[in-house]
Amino acid sequence: MIRVVLPAHLRTLAHVDGEVQVDVRGEATMRSVLDALEEQYPVLRGTIRDHVTLQRRAFLRFFVCAEDWSLEPAESRLPEEVVNGKEPFFVIGAIAGG
Amino acid sequence: MSKVRVLVGTHKGAFILSSDGKRKNWEVSEPLFAGWEIYHMKGSPADSNRIYASQTSGWFGQVIQRSSDGGKTWETPGGEKMPQPGEFPAGASNKFVYDVSPETGKPLTTHQWYDGTQHPWEFKRVWHLEPSLTDPDTVYAGVEDAALFKSTNGAQTWQELSGLRGHGTGPKWSPGAGGMGLHSILLDAKNPQRMYIAISAAGAFRTDDGGDTWKPINKGLRSNYIPDPNAEIGHCVHHIALHKSRPDVVFMQKHWDVMRTDNAGDQWTEVSGNLPTDFGFVIDVHAHEPETIYVVPIKSDGHHFPIDGKLQVYRSRTGGNEWEPLTKGLPQRDCYVNVLRDAMAIDSLDSCGVYFGTTGGQVYCSPDSGDTWAPIAENLPAVFSVEVQTLP
Repeated sequence: MIRVVLPAHLRTLAHVDGEVQVDVRGEATMRSVLDALEEQYPVLRGTIRDHVTLQRRAFLRFFVCAEDWSLEPAESRLPEEVVNGKEPFFVIGAIAGG
Repeated sequence: MSKVRVLVGTHKGAFILSSDGKRKNWEVSEPLFAGWEIYHMKGSPADSNRIYASQTSGWFGQVIQRSSDGGKTWETPGGEKMPQPGEFPAGASNKFVYDVSPETGKPLTTHQWYDGTQHPWEFKRVWHLEPSLTDPDTVYAGVEDAALFKSTNGAQTWQELSGLRGHGTGPKWSPGAGGMGLHSILLDAKNPQRMYIAISAAGAFRTDDGGDTWKPINKGLRSNYIPDPNAEIGHCVHHIALHKSRPDVVFMQKHWDVMRTDNAGDQWTEVSGNLPTDFGFVIDVHAHEPETIYVVPIKSDGHHFPIDGKLQVYRSRTGGNEWEPLTKGLPQRDCYVNVLRDAMAIDSLDSCGVYFGTTGGQVYCSPDSGDTWAPIAENLPAVFSVEVQTLP
């Protein structure tokens, strides 16, 4: 199980509290985690990445083990700490508005 | 006794304001979709329990919410979890994909950007939702960048009516200050094949074949920033309105100028008359008097607030030209709010109710056609849109 931390507005939209956990089929990459997340919570489709291009939305970032993975290839394998559930995969909204 | 349900979209959520037919005592709901921008929320004329809402965010994009019980509970069509692993719902209510098919989407490439260069169409949000007059599951969406989409399954899937962008002038459309939004959709109760839409800053358009083909209807509009006095497109139309009994008569609040047409947009005539300023955003028509119309004059495009700090609705009982200020119950000093284009609505009770919301978070109601006003909510987030449902 991979732990995913979502921004508050997406937790509300998905009707979840706190972290969510997803089962990933195959290798754990950013893409497969997001695929699993959207399969478990279809309401999140289009809110983190574009429906068609699957590109990350501009004001969201992905953090893994305190590092910004936003610009890493979507197929990059996630670190073992995320795969084994010690560390969560973070979806973070940009701080904007002062 | 009849009731009214006022649907208010704001900068930070939606609110439902409810009252009986007297419209004196109001109940304000808890915020719905709190923290999100609600550009528009509208009920189906065919089923008052069916309501659609456009929920948007610069961070998370578009969500379409749907209620089938008058706003008590909400769902996102296509957002439900499926029983089998790897299985997804058919469609997603927030999937708005422009038509790029070789057959119908070929001409739909770019539009004019602020600096005059060409820019690709990019979906940003839904500005306006217009439910069908006869089918609760059919709804139209006007979006930014300007295009018209239609759903026939309760907003689960959307298809672009691409004849609008593709009729030929699309590359000349350009965004207004607020973006290039398709913000007004008028359905013709007498002719289901006819529909009007308006776009900032392209102008007004009409279809007579259910949305397959469109034509600009901007003859007679004059805009100082357009050198060509006969320009077919490029006009910054802020809002349009009609009375259902006379769908060939359409009223328009343009960037500057209040206009009317008596022949379905083939020719427009200015009816600003004695208005103190003819800049503004909203315009609407009385429920029972097709020649009675309402606007809220705003000082100028550089100010976006009323003249002299006085919030005044202006009413014409002659279809324009002769206007009277309506001030009783509205702030007449130190008021510097704006009233945005979709933030006025009319109920259909015998004593016609008029409603509008402000960027200061007030929603006002007049239960007597505008003669007197009272706030029905005073401290909401900035109001983007107001709609009203008249319930039995």
